[in-house]
Amino acid sequence: MTTAPAAAPTDPMIRLERLTKTFPGQARPAVEALDMDIAAGEIVVLVGPSGCGKTTTMRLINRLIEPTSGRIFLEGDEVTKVNPDQLRRRIGYVIQQVGLFPHQTIADNIATVPRMLGWDEQRIRARVDELLALVGLEPATYRGRYPKHLSGGQRQRAGVARALSADPPVMLMDEPFGAIDPITRDRLQNEFLRLQETIRKTIIFVTHDIDEAIKMGDRLAILREGSKIAQYDTPERILSAPADDFVADFIGAGASLKRLNLSRVRDVELSDWPVASVDSSRAEVLAALRASDKGAVLLLDAERRPARWVSGRELQREDGPLSEMGLPPEALVQPNATLSDALNEMLKSRYGCATVIDGAGVYQGNLDFATVSAAIQEMRRDARDRSRAEADEVHAAGEAGA
Amino acid sequence: MSLLDYLSAQGDRLLGLTLEHLGIVLISVGISTVIGVALGVATYRTEGPRRVALGVTGIFLTIPSFALFGLLIGPLGLGGGPAVVALVMYGLLPIVRNTITGLRSVDPAIVESAQGMGMARYRRLFRIELPLAWPIILTGIRVAAVIIVGIAAIAAVVNGPGLGKDIFRALARFGTPTAVPQVLSAILGIIAIAIVIDLAFVAIARLTTSKGIRA
Repeated sequence: MTTAPAAAPTDPMIRLERLTKTFPGQARPAVEALDMDIAAGEIVVLVGPSGCGKTTTMRLINRLIEPTSGRIFLEGDEVTKVNPDQLRRRIGYVIQQVGLFPHQTIADNIATVPRMLGWDEQRIRARVDELLALVGLEPATYRGRYPKHLSGGQRQRAGVARALSADPPVMLMDEPFGAIDPITRDRLQNEFLRLQETIRKTIIFVTHDIDEAIKMGDRLAILREGSKIAQYDTPERILSAPADDFVADFIGAGASLKRLNLSRVRDVELSDWPVASVDSSRAEVLAALRASDKGAVLLLDAERRPARWVSGRELQREDGPLSEMGLPPEALVQPNATLSDALNEMLKSRYGCATVIDGAGVYQGNLDFATVSAAIQEMRRDARDRSRAEADEVHAAGEAGA
Repeated sequence: MSLLDYLSAQGDRLLGLTLEHLGIVLISVGISTVIGVALGVATYRTEGPRRVALGVTGIFLTIPSFALFGLLIGPLGLGGGPAVVALVMYGLLPIVRNTITGLRSVDPAIVESAQGMGMARYRRLFRIELPLAWPIILTGIRVAAVIIVGIAAIAAVVNGPGLGKDIFRALARFGTPTAVPQVLSAILGIIAIAIVIDLAFVAIARLTTSKGIRA
């Protein structure tokens, strides 16, 4: 079943029309009559079991694989027959192995497409530094390095910078974080989502990992064999109302737990924990603690960044300056972290609470189990209401038809 | 007559022959490189032509050099011409083989990402594939050069230039006092050329290989 996205007022960034690819010597097409619209500025994740044709579908879009039939539109123009090299310069491409050129410096790697487009060197240099900074690689340090001097995560960032170099409207990303260790992967995913808030590219992202799909996608296309769309919808809707058994099986167990990957820290209300300045007197800190029902106070430095956690007992029993008392801040999360990440941090922390800070490290509030649990309940209520409303609609439509 | 006496008496003439020898080696290696790399580039992606290229250049290398020089007298006459042709033929196999090996060892992900960025076929070949395959290709050229330095001595049978002339002259009048020093000095010259060429390749490899792929 194909669920068409809501009609957009403008052309979609990418439109695929009856796109088909049959490889020579194979009876069944790898991609069969695929119709798909991809709206500008969205991350659309193609996800499905291996062999479903998701990578083939992606490579049809920049025509690394030429379609057997069907049409591709980019920004309203048909690009099925244009010069593929010209087309590819308008589409950023990031693959799992990154594919940085080992014999070129990071700066030269990033400059690849701008050089082909004939930019002058001064503009290229400025663009390279801008992009390095954007992906979190210090330009002065990294521009002259070679790929072999970078870690896996840094290479992936350089790969993203290279794909962004000529500011293409569209990016194709084929399992970009697939070969990276889980901790770095998580950080790169978060960084990439933060980056996307600034760059607002139309991104087609291929993965076989449903959790990654849920985390990264504004919209998911769950594909079955022959790249047939089983469901194309927002992650929320796919988790709460899977279209059929195939989708339900693919999502797997724990759909409600997965929904924690959809909500972000900034979407929930933070709870009140006592805070005090690390420069205040012991009596003031104790007063702040007594005014709340919590067992510890978070001390903030002059820039309002978390400095120490101190408990009531430590305040009463220990001498020495406040800045050395208790524990250093732990479980720090940023507003764009998912509730799932925050929960994970919380479980490891001493006071069962994650501290939310902004990009500059300034304290925003605390998040505890009660907050997360309330958020889960709300999500379940929403999902229930929505499927009930839908059932009513179907019912009404059925009666109208009869 | 001792070797040293011979060297001091014939030094200038030997130097001239050595330079001649070096010259014909460099010319032959140069032509062999151009043809060999071109053949490798043309055939590395397709199985059939690749086998033909490797098979034919392999056969060249198995022809006894004395016979090949002799055979070339028919179509090409005597002198430098047939000598260079034969030497080029002997140099081809290592260059073609290493060009193919080098180009095929380039990580497909790198080529794919170049293609995905819109790099056209020739740009990809010259900017990405050949630079990455270069250390391996260069090793092939070095092997070819060493082979050619040795075989170039035989070019004297077709009146080719170089130290081979002295070797054949000495062998023709073996038993005379200067014959042995003459052969030995020619061999020394050839060894010197081989060492110089080998050192030159070390320097060329350093200068022409990107820091990013140097071991």
